[in-house]
Amino acid sequence: MPEPEYRVKVGLATCGIAGGAAKVYARFQDALKGSAVSLERTGCIGMCYNEPLVEVLEAGGKRYLYGKLTPDDALRIVEEHLKQGRPVIDLLLLGEGCTPGEETFLDKQKRILLKNCGLIDPENIESYTAIGGYEGLRAALTAMTPGEVIEEIRRSGLRGRGGAGFPTHTKWRLTREAAGVQKYIICNADEGDPGAFMDRSILESDTHSVLEGMLIAGYAIGASAGYVYIRAEYPLAIRRLKLAISQAEASGFLGERILGSDFSFKVFIREGAGAFVCGEETALLMSIEGKRGMPRFRPPFPAQKGLFGSPTSINNVETLANVPRIMHQGAEAYSSLGTEESKGTKVFALAGKIRRGGLIEIPMGTTINKIVFEIGGGISTGKPFKAVQTGGPSGGCIPASLGDTPVDYESLKKIGAIMGSGGLLVMDEETCMVDVAKYFLTFTKDESCGKCTFCRAGTNQMHKILERITQGEGREEDVQILVDLAEKIKSGSLCGLGQTAPNPVLTTIQFFRDEYEAHVREKYCPAKKCKALIEYKIDRDSCTGCTLCARQCPTGAISGTKKEAHSIQLSACIRCGLCINSCKFEAILISSNPKVKA
Amino acid sequence: MEHKNMNNLKISAKEQPLFAIMEIVQRHQAEQGPAIPILQDIQSAFGYVSPQMLERASEFSGIPVSELYSIVTFYAQFRMEPIGENLIQVCHGTACHLAGAEKITESLQFETKASAGGTSPDGKFSLEKVACLGCCSLAPVITLNEETNGRLTPDKIKKIVKETRKLSAKNAEAMGVCTDA
Ligand SMILES: Cc1cc2nc3c(=O)[nH]c(=O)nc-3n(C[C@H](O)[C@H](O)[C@H](O)COP(=O)(O)O)c2cc1C
Ligand code: FES
Repeated sequence: MPEPEYRVKVGLATCGIAGGAAKVYARFQDALKGSAVSLERTGCIGMCYNEPLVEVLEAGGKRYLYGKLTPDDALRIVEEHLKQGRPVIDLLLLGEGCTPGEETFLDKQKRILLKNCGLIDPENIESYTAIGGYEGLRAALTAMTPGEVIEEIRRSGLRGRGGAGFPTHTKWRLTREAAGVQKYIICNADEGDPGAFMDRSILESDTHSVLEGMLIAGYAIGASAGYVYIRAEYPLAIRRLKLAISQAEASGFLGERILGSDFSFKVFIREGAGAFVCGEETALLMSIEGKRGMPRFRPPFPAQKGLFGSPTSINNVETLANVPRIMHQGAEAYSSLGTEESKGTKVFALAGKIRRGGLIEIPMGTTINKIVFEIGGGISTGKPFKAVQTGGPSGGCIPASLGDTPVDYESLKKIGAIMGSGGLLVMDEETCMVDVAKYFLTFTKDESCGKCTFCRAGTNQMHKILERITQGEGREEDVQILVDLAEKIKSGSLCGLGQTAPNPVLTTIQFFRDEYEAHVREKYCPAKKCKALIEYKIDRDSCTGCTLCARQCPTGAISGTKKEAHSIQLSACIRCGLCINSCKFEAILISSNPKVKA
Repeated sequence: MEHKNMNNLKISAKEQPLFAIMEIVQRHQAEQGPAIPILQDIQSAFGYVSPQMLERASEFSGIPVSELYSIVTFYAQFRMEPIGENLIQVCHGTACHLAGAEKITESLQFETKASAGGTSPDGKFSLEKVACLGCCSLAPVITLNEETNGRLTPDKIKKIVKETRKLSAKNAEAMGVCTDA
């Protein structure tokens, strides 16, 4: 078959679809009916801020990336580019003729793990095998003993990407050496950090690599079955996993006597049921066993006594996806990247007040400033950069002043934050740090399984205190009480949830104490976020009386005659901010609430 | 209303609920620790799990009903009340929180007349708050019947709700025509 003159690839991961990619794909499908252009689907290339993304590949090798497309833009691309050979310059992000700028997002990264994402069709196994997929498995099964596989992983320096950074080879070796006929490998795809989407993207965009990683792990530890424990909130990832499993079975990569070896392996999918704590390994085991997801005391570690009492290795999605890369390219190539203690690359989900939010991959040791400014293109709102948050509810806020901190396990730990699983939230001056701390505590107090008193009652107590501080009812001693409580919760909790829950509060107090004090002493929210401490007003000079805000206001608090300045009735105003969003003249102002007395 | 059936059940959950539950239990019989998948399938067939369904599932599977209760009360995914015709999940993950998820929930409550965690009086909409839908760079995000929508504003919410209302009225009409014929 001759190569088609044009190939059109539409990014159809959840982020693309959320941005409208399915409609764009459908429009291409209609417009290309009967044409020789090959229309293909692919995963996420990481530029989520430009979704929907479409790449046009010309037979000669030229590539053009289009972004932020509407279905009508798709028609333009068909007419102008595919029919007349003129790329649509004004929609172009990358490729000949376009204004430079966007390429730094990709150029400053090091995409090893993500190299297939946005390149291959995740729903087609041949698309994966064509670029060396399952070769890592083949190499392991045909030329290596399980011990040699573990040794290769040891030399690569791979550490768990689920948060704690435990050396992967040690976990595998312990599981291999544990007594037991039946052993399991579990892929932890619970991705609980509410602000992280690395695992989702990998699962949706390069599904087979995770399966291949599980297979190699299974071979190394002597397991005959594996489970993927995946959040129910990721329906597309679940669908693609199921598809990948059946394709791998049909191709002989999964099932009995894989690739003619003695190794047989099955994979089952278990959907999570909406409990953050089930990302914790012992709670996860309980959940697969069909019980309440309550963590238990370790030892015994899962490597000794795990799923259904059998030795089990629990590994994160990204950890497992790294494995085929290491087997394929060798441990040296992998460990040549990164720092002394943290090898390889790390994927981050860059989000928040950042211009170019998306999925990025960087060598370990890259600084926060480089991520925020060079890759991320700086702050989206144009306001000053204030902090980043890593590690979600278990992690910490790092102030802009520490922006030259390298991102690796040890350096982040030193400043009270953690690497976490890869959520990286960027905050600007308009973000209230007390509100952020309260947000995370709301999350952890709700998600505490209730087993340990300090975690259950302590997080509730901390939340109450934060609540009253944001209400303008904080007391002078509150910050100290928070610090004391934090220490008790950390030492009095059985699992990582409680042990790390106070981190967001502790780091915001450490680096943004003045904000806490402004709330407590002056009843003032510097970021103007805390509703009880602010008041909305209409600037009579800027208001044109267009009535838009009055029509938006859900409580009818805004009144005025057309073409005359409006006003807000403060007693009815719930400070939802809908009016500000609707105003085209910046006529609605926020000021401190004079009624809360300092 | 029959909930969107993603189970490929051979039996209609609406017409023969008992047999549908039996089929679900049988399907998971051979698995180790089948309780949660059974309950998930029941919820996806019926839209929720009721005490009666738990009793039946317990009878068929031999899992004590207390154990099934302990699961549905622990995991946030399980609903014990039927949901409205359209399910809207509002993301309250960190990125969405920073991007104003509260505003989105408020305008959804205003437009649909459903409270967060509840169903509108007309039965058209149920609202749920969830943590991170995994589209953080497009925050704020909601899913409407599993379809993800990003970069939302109160204005867009208004439009989405209006369109959904129109669509469901149209569907109802189409159903009406069918039954009349
Ligand atoms: C409360 C809590 C939640 C967790 N959530 C996750 C998660 O969503 N995904 C994950 O891979 N690890 C999570 N972990 C870490 C796991 O317990 C475990 O360390 C990890 O899956 C091991 O894989 P790794 O060695 O490949 O990192 C969580 C830990 C705790 C304490
Ligand atoms: S925080 Fe809303 S999608 Fe992640």
